[in-house]
Amino acid sequence: MGEPVADLPAGAVAGSSTPAGSGLVAGTAPFSAVDGPGNRYVVFLQGCQWDCLACHNPCAIPRTPPAMRPTPVGEVVAGIRDAARFLTGVTVTGGEATLQAGFVQALFAELAEDPRTARLTRFVDSNGDCDPPVWERLAPVTDGVMLDLKCLDDELHVVLTGYSNARVLASARELAARGLLYEVRLLLVPGLNDGEGELVRTARWLLSVDPAVRVRVNAFRRQGTRPCARDLLEPTADDLARYRHVLCSAGLRRLTTPR
Amino acid sequence: MQMAELQARVRSCIGDATLTYRQRVQRLAALAENALEPPPVSAECELAQAKGVVHDLGEGNAPHRPRYVLPDYARALAQGSKHLELASPRDLDEALAFLLAMYPSVPSITGYPVYLGDLDTLLEPFTAGLGDDELTRRLRLFWRTVDRQLPDAFVHADLGPRDGRVVRAILQVDRELRQVVPNLTLRVDPQITPDDLVRAAVRTACADGKPHFVNHPMMVADLGPRYGVVSCYDALPLGGGAHTLVRLNLAESVRRAEGGSREYLSTALARDVALTAELIASRVRFLVEEARFYEHDWLVCEGLVRPDRFTAMFGVFGVAEAVNDLLARDGVVGADGGPASYGRDQAASDVAQTVLAEVARLVARTPIPHCEATGGHALLHAQSGIDTDVDVTAGARVPPGREPALYEHIRMVAPNHRYFPAGVSDVFRFEPAVEANPDAVVAVLRGAFEEGMRDFTFDVTGNGFTRVTGYLVRDRDVAALRQAAAAHVAAIRRAAPTEKEAVRAAGRVVKGVPAADADG
Repeated sequence: MGEPVADLPAGAVAGSSTPAGSGLVAGTAPFSAVDGPGNRYVVFLQGCQWDCLACHNPCAIPRTPPAMRPTPVGEVVAGIRDAARFLTGVTVTGGEATLQAGFVQALFAELAEDPRTARLTRFVDSNGDCDPPVWERLAPVTDGVMLDLKCLDDELHVVLTGYSNARVLASARELAARGLLYEVRLLLVPGLNDGEGELVRTARWLLSVDPAVRVRVNAFRRQGTRPCARDLLEPTADDLARYRHVLCSAGLRRLTTPR
Repeated sequence: MQMAELQARVRSCIGDATLTYRQRVQRLAALAENALEPPPVSAECELAQAKGVVHDLGEGNAPHRPRYVLPDYARALAQGSKHLELASPRDLDEALAFLLAMYPSVPSITGYPVYLGDLDTLLEPFTAGLGDDELTRRLRLFWRTVDRQLPDAFVHADLGPRDGRVVRAILQVDRELRQVVPNLTLRVDPQITPDDLVRAAVRTACADGKPHFVNHPMMVADLGPRYGVVSCYDALPLGGGAHTLVRLNLAESVRRAEGGSREYLSTALARDVALTAELIASRVRFLVEEARFYEHDWLVCEGLVRPDRFTAMFGVFGVAEAVNDLLARDGVVGADGGPASYGRDQAASDVAQTVLAEVARLVARTPIPHCEATGGHALLHAQSGIDTDVDVTAGARVPPGREPALYEHIRMVAPNHRYFPAGVSDVFRFEPAVEANPDAVVAVLRGAFEEGMRDFTFDVTGNGFTRVTGYLVRDRDVAALRQAAAAHVAAIRRAAPTEKEAVRAAGRVVKGVPAADADG
């Protein structure tokens, strides 16, 4: 994996020959009830700078897969326009959406201009590993960001993802200050990042960023992961109940845990 | 039926331990009714019934009450009732007691009232000064009583399109009690019904499969503002109802016809529509002119239903199989190179549109007696099947398991809905994730109505309910029945040696003993 690149010219992908106004789109899902508020059209962008042990979508990690052709913004907009009357909004995820910030910006701007899609809310689902200018650039066309926080402890973060979480924490503060932090997502893996102390510290830190922060616990699921995740455990119903108890006791009020 | 056969059936009914007392009484009444000859029809119509092309849904040989009755409960509450010896209610307790007293006296094909009224509109005026807890407590008792007193999944109440305390409380109580009865409809008018009310209804539907959602403006355009949704997706004039519902099996109609779609549309379809209409007309005439229901029933006498607010329902089903059959005959190839098929290929949707438009045209110009409420003809309905239908798909639905992706599915069936003012049912299935995000369904629902859908029903996987045709059963009731059946078989097996001796002693065969065990 190369170093993350924060700010890119519109439509370009670092290290690739993607033409302006196009992006590497790994796929789309026209109906999703789990990618933000309401019914969302999900755009999966190709490429992530991280290499998470627990990644559930490893095919989307490579930045420049050989056989993938760039997709023009207009083509993605056309798909969204077709589904628009059934939608609450659009969520761009990945891979890592901010690696193609120029494309995301162009896509959102076009959605905002088109009267058939203007009412749709525009969300980004991100790992937060980018510099503030990315958010500054996306802010005018973005309604909310769902931020993944793999863990608060930086050393553990390097173990889990291969990278430091310094920029993630900075992104959380930046987004909260801009009123764009819709939700923080905690992917919990038993024995790795679900210790009581870690959870309490995480909850307190999140409350310091935004006292009304909305948090969603995602339970690690082995399905779709790579062999390196083979020995990771899935949280049990008891684990999930404990997460809820610990996080609520630490003061989180707007918390969603899986059923 | 010979007298000996009738006696045997009566005896078997009386001795059937699986029936409740009420079910036994109803079945005995049906046996008596069916000892009469059915209303007269032509030999050709009799043959069409024998072949399964035309079907009276087992309504009985001597129609003596309308199939669906939608009393004007608002009028009853306003004027009180001589028959019930009840004055107009003055508060919520009296209103609920009035309705509970009235329901058992509302006839229908099922023996239970299929319509409980637009309950929120009826009850809202009685809620002034009543706290939320008090309102909910009363509605909870009412809801339990309705379920226990009228244990039939076709008992149906309507809500909306306006928001209010009663509709909110009912949705909450229904979500909490998760009963099969009553079935529910929420009428949605995008101009009047707030998204937050639809969201509350979606949350209830996630919990128990109800309510069913209807496009109120579309209903009003077809039936006028005074309509109700009853039983299983049946929309009818309020203060009236449907004399009868006879259905045409389009799959069987096509199967028996010769040639391709062109030939079918020009000959066999018109003939089978006429045969269906003939049966409808004959049954309506019997109900109105022989049984004279509308001359003596108390609902008529007190002005709670009016004969000129009644119609008859013309049902169709098996559209999917009919269309696939026609496409195969026409040699139309689908996207995958095989024969084109309903739910997947545009060509199939086009044929369905042509067939349904023709059925609608024929039904609209076929006079049916005593159908003043709908211009002297029957009202077209996509009949959602009965539990014994096999290998034929309900109404105009896509066969279960072969539905296209969500939006394609909606867009494919939406154009059908305009043809069915008396109701149509397409059922959608959502993942349990929508329970935590009901707005996802609200958005889809809004889009579906914009696409022209009239009725929208959805199930959520794993919520403990299963939809049969249009009504609901609780999974645990089915499991209990299976368990009881297994226990029954086990008991018979245990008793086998004794039974065998009894058989030997009596020199006769005892019914119910599995052959293998009887032989030792």
